[in-house]
Amino acid sequence: MSDLPQQLLNGLSLGAIYALIALGYTLVYGVLRFINFAHSEVFMVGAFVGCYIGRLAGAVTWWSGLTALAAAMLVCGVLGWIIEKIAYRPLRGAPVLNVLITAIGVSLFLQYGGQLVFGATPRTFPPLFPETRVSLGSLDISTNQLIVIVVTTVLLVALQLIVKHTRIGTAMRAVALNPKAAQLVGINTNTVFSFTFVLGSALAGAGGVLYAMNYPSIDPLMGVMPGLKAFVAAILGGIGSIPGAALGGLILGAAETLVGGSQFSTYKDAIAFGLLILILLARPSGLLGRATVEKV
Amino acid sequence: MLSVSQLSVAYGAIKAVNGISFEIPRGAIVTLIGGNGAGKTTTLQTISGLIRPAAGTIRFDNEDITRLAPHAIVARGLCQVPEGRMVFTNLSVAENLALGSYLHRDPEQIARTLHHVFEIFPRLKERIKQTAGTLSGGEQQMLAIGRALMSRPRFLMLDEPSLGIAPRLVTTIFEKIVEINRDQGITILLVEQNAHLALEISSHAYVLETGQIVVAGASRDLRNDPRLKAAYLGG
Ligand SMILES: Nc1ncnc2c1ncn2[C@@H]1O[C@H](COP(=O)(O)OP(=O)(O)OP(=O)(O)O)[C@@H](O)[C@H]1O
Ligand SMILES: [Mg+2]
Repeated sequence: MSDLPQQLLNGLSLGAIYALIALGYTLVYGVLRFINFAHSEVFMVGAFVGCYIGRLAGAVTWWSGLTALAAAMLVCGVLGWIIEKIAYRPLRGAPVLNVLITAIGVSLFLQYGGQLVFGATPRTFPPLFPETRVSLGSLDISTNQLIVIVVTTVLLVALQLIVKHTRIGTAMRAVALNPKAAQLVGINTNTVFSFTFVLGSALAGAGGVLYAMNYPSIDPLMGVMPGLKAFVAAILGGIGSIPGAALGGLILGAAETLVGGSQFSTYKDAIAFGLLILILLARPSGLLGRATVEKV
Repeated sequence: MLSVSQLSVAYGAIKAVNGISFEIPRGAIVTLIGGNGAGKTTTLQTISGLIRPAAGTIRFDNEDITRLAPHAIVARGLCQVPEGRMVFTNLSVAENLALGSYLHRDPEQIARTLHHVFEIFPRLKERIKQTAGTLSGGEQQMLAIGRALMSRPRFLMLDEPSLGIAPRLVTTIFEKIVEINRDQGITILLVEQNAHLALEISSHAYVLETGQIVVAGASRDLRNDPRLKAAYLGG
């Protein structure tokens, strides 16, 4: 495999996007203990916001690219806030199954609402950043791939700083560890829940733009597959764990690209999911997850 | 200071607390005694706002706090050391204590409060970097009380602080409770199954049985009350 470095690079940039989406699943699960299945649709909305900003900007400059990213994060953050407030908050304390069904409902609502607003036909995503390709030996690097990797790294570091070193981040960790005790030290759980959704959704928004930059055909159902894979990545890394989500995303991205570039490419998804099953058999709580008893 | 009247709490069809009323005057130590499943924890969690009551009112400093959110109740100086301690097991002692002062923002004042907590529980200072989950049961109880004190409460509720702790440490913890009440003027509601000790340090006591208050009176009198002897004082 002479093109192994190339495949690894491609895998790294795809994995970085999975990681960004996976973080949203893992943050929400860690703090609120349920899977927000509407997350993949927030990712889709992020891609569309990027698309509109790109068209509006006209000239392709670094500023247009960064503006599109920031706008997608902002819009998706607000969308996440609204979803939590309208769909999930009224269900606080309700059985998990009710919340799960609601999540699927929100997801479908956004998919078909998206078809209504954006149209069902796939669109071409405009170039956002000035793109050049750099050849390094046999390696063919596009600046878009580098942007994915750099932006993901910056967002991951920022997330880590927020969670570890801010007041609201501390509150998030406390609620994740013990919601009752957190309330008894004076933490407002509603604020924490809202903030968690905003954070996760903003990351998904950035993920949507970065994904569309590299796979430039977008439609309202585009979130389903990457969303599923990012969900798998979150489980793989250990749901609830931030480094786990990042690691799971990278592994899944790399596995998918490596298999995709081999003679078994038809089975790339099957092999990626097979890998998941194998890892979970060995480590049921994921690579970096803690073995904890599920709280009911 | 705290006045609970006609409080009823239900879990679905199960009535856990059934129209109880009691008063706790400022500066006192009052105890709520009762066996397993009597409704003690339910009562405290309802006062803290974690559970919504079916009926009744809770007044704190003449303000109706019945429908307030838990964080708003803590902000008013009404704090709880919950049953089973509920320390943040993955965090260090220092981080647990820091979370206790979540609602306070003045670093100097927080440092003073921390200094105070270390005076009461020097053991916590020795273990400052240790992960809370690796502390002994007694030390975790000290940490839970310390964490509550970090919020600078005016009223502290303790839910079975003697549960699962070596007898020698129980005596220490009860001494600390008296000390906190005496030196800092914090009013205390102590929930206990250990009636002997609870009646010794409290001025008033209420006995809860299946969600109802069956005996109430001065602790001094209840120490020899035949109604308590059999069930709570070991004959
Ligand atoms: N979450 C719950 N759901 C349903 N029933 C509950 C719940 N929590 C408590 N109960 C019931 O309410 C009643 C009172 O429970 P509570 O925990 O308040 O008692 P307690 O006096 O604190 O007992 P213990 O000394 O064992 O802690 C019990 O019958 C208990 O089974
Ligand atoms: Mg109890």
